[in-house]
Amino acid sequence: MVVVAELMTAQSGPKPSLLGSARVATTAGALGATQPLRSPAARAAVRVVPRRPLRVWERWYLAAIWGGLKVTLRHFFRKKVTLQYPEERWTVPEGYRGAPYLVRDQEGHTKCVSCQLCEFVCPPKAIRIVPPGPDGPPADRPNAEKMPLEFEINMLRCIFCGLCQEVCPEEAIFLMKDYSLTGTSREEMIYNKEKLLALGGVHAGIQKWKHKLEEARAQEEFPVRT
Amino acid sequence: MSTAAPASQLMGDGVRPATETIRIRVNGREVEVPKTMPDWQGKPVPTTMLQACEWAGVTVPHYCYHPKLPVAGNCRMCLVEYGTPALGPDRQPILNPDGTPRIVKSPRPAIACATPVTPGMEIYTDTPGVKAMRAGVLEFLLINHPLDCPICDQAGECKLQEYALDYGEAFSRFGEAKVHKPKAVDLGPRIVFDAERCILCTRCIRFTRDIVGDDALGIVHRGSYSTIATAPGRAFDNNYTLNTVDLCPVGALTSRDFRFRMRVWFLKETPSICPSCGTGCNIRIGSRQGRIYRYTPRPNDAVNSHWMCDYGRLNYKWIHRPDRLQKVEIRGRVSSWELASDQILQQLRVASPGSVGLVASARLSNEELWLLSRLKARLHALSDAVPREGEGDALLLHADRNPNTQGARLTGVCYTEMGSQLPLIWERIRTGQIRILLVFGEDVIRQGCDPASLDQLEMLVVCDVLPNATTAKAHFLLPGCAPAEKSGTFTNVHGRVQRFHAAIPPPGEARPEWQFLAEWVTRLTGESLPGHLPGLFNRMASEVRAFQGLTWSELGDLGRLVPV
Repeated sequence: MVVVAELMTAQSGPKPSLLGSARVATTAGALGATQPLRSPAARAAVRVVPRRPLRVWERWYLAAIWGGLKVTLRHFFRKKVTLQYPEERWTVPEGYRGAPYLVRDQEGHTKCVSCQLCEFVCPPKAIRIVPPGPDGPPADRPNAEKMPLEFEINMLRCIFCGLCQEVCPEEAIFLMKDYSLTGTSREEMIYNKEKLLALGGVHAGIQKWKHKLEEARAQEEFPVRT
Repeated sequence: MSTAAPASQLMGDGVRPATETIRIRVNGREVEVPKTMPDWQGKPVPTTMLQACEWAGVTVPHYCYHPKLPVAGNCRMCLVEYGTPALGPDRQPILNPDGTPRIVKSPRPAIACATPVTPGMEIYTDTPGVKAMRAGVLEFLLINHPLDCPICDQAGECKLQEYALDYGEAFSRFGEAKVHKPKAVDLGPRIVFDAERCILCTRCIRFTRDIVGDDALGIVHRGSYSTIATAPGRAFDNNYTLNTVDLCPVGALTSRDFRFRMRVWFLKETPSICPSCGTGCNIRIGSRQGRIYRYTPRPNDAVNSHWMCDYGRLNYKWIHRPDRLQKVEIRGRVSSWELASDQILQQLRVASPGSVGLVASARLSNEELWLLSRLKARLHALSDAVPREGEGDALLLHADRNPNTQGARLTGVCYTEMGSQLPLIWERIRTGQIRILLVFGEDVIRQGCDPASLDQLEMLVVCDVLPNATTAKAHFLLPGCAPAEKSGTFTNVHGRVQRFHAAIPPPGEARPEWQFLAEWVTRLTGESLPGHLPGLFNRMASEVRAFQGLTWSELGDLGRLVPV
């Protein structure tokens, strides 16, 4: 156990002989913060760190004030870095992890296939997906059999960790550069599919399902047509 | 895995359980395995290498092999290397200098699922050769597999995913275009087939041919174009089709009911009993956030092997019907359990013997029926349960559609011939002899009780799950629970007492029947009953002769047989 002893009389100079009346603070709190040391075993466990008394130069506060003013003066003549937010906005760097939005492919189709991996991986459980079910609407692009009936991200819960983007097998969800999400109610902060798709915009990536469909069409017709 | 216990159960009276054993080595470790083990029909056959490896606790990956299906040996995933003791010209084992028998390694691998073990055999499942073979088989299987895991319902319980991760290579060397086959084919009313995903293990074909006896499926076409199909003009529509969805190691056969509804990794699986007929198939209830998504069979060789019927499997949707009874009502006005219980018990306390009728349901658990029989004894009531008959079949579906007919008989709620007292109850209600009627989970009007006669009653207490003609007339309406919402035991038609557990919370104010019945019995008789189900079961077992000696914990997951 690490025991840190602090002499209450440090301000008036080191007095190692005062160990008997020293009050100790223990990191584990086993001895209690204000318990005087009594037992020899407890005393042996304590390493007393003497505190050096301040020199005259250090006790003369004008020296410290001058030291601080030097820093102020140095910044006074430098280029200003303060940003007049919200009128002025900063340039968000590449790779910034802002709000997660859904994206469409270059043909305007929903990329998400409702595999629910993001819902599974999301640490604060901010994502909720309603799968289409057997009778739900088919996907809005050919060959992908599935798209979410509803997709909600609770932006109040989201911690912008980016695991949803990392886990997505369809490249359908991305952490964009939006950092200032506001709303006047909790409900407003739950973004639904429509809103997420509108905010996400188009992400031109590989079109896996279109590619599969083209590959299938290029083959001579499969013998079984059922 | 203990394959020996089911073996002795499944074998007929004439066959004695195998006691003879063979000593073999699996990965260098010596194990003693039975000389014979049950095949898919339970007949003792020479132990295969795969069974021996499982016996030794060594996993051998496989696709086409299933313990309850005939061995096909077509997937080649279970290939292992092995060696046998070398024999000299005198047919005696040749010994090494250190006295151990010399093992000659087979030049070729063998499929573990179809090769019997011989004395002294050595099986190797972790050699570089076996690993290369597994990776090779997976590479072949994945050549034409579409890898549409994000939209595939099997993802999460897919053997191809699991084995590819455990034994496969990270990259495919196949550069050509994949063969594309039809997707989302209707194989039958409840089955959707994706030809691309199929790995042609033929489990579904063997199941429907050899277990169900409906030779509906087969493989058509050749080579890469092979696919599963029904005979022209025939649908795959027997009552056991959904078992092929469980059997399918990949996502080729999917359930139309469960399709795209929920990813399997979210489902909480609760061991339970199918309440749709007297067979009492062991099931798992897959639920998430208080909603049931599917039933899947749970293996129990004594009851349902690995299967269940489509009827029972899909009979869960009523649990989430929006018109479920959710509120306690006293004469049509919303009330509370406390108030309703107080008023009901007040009337029951002063009821004269013979003036109380009790109609129970054989869909209630043993504990609830026992509590009702206690109530019956205290009130000297006339009681019966309602029989429910349907058409049975030779495999699992029983003609008795009540899950707990035997429980109702054994606890004394009804006589051996269930329903024989019902006309008498209706008659006594009509003549005014019965002034108080307690109905649990049945629609008495549908069972032949005159609706007008119910109006003469002093008190009509109805506890049910869904609204019906009787609940509309109830003076006291108590919302009950579906079996999936409470724990308890059922006794199946053969007398097997089996436990089921609550998978989801009941809706609204609904309470498990045993909870308030135990409270009623305590308040009416003054006897203290345990407030938890295991205790209640143990108390019942100590009082009901048929359940003598049983305890809740002893029932385990597979249940216990009682004489009926």
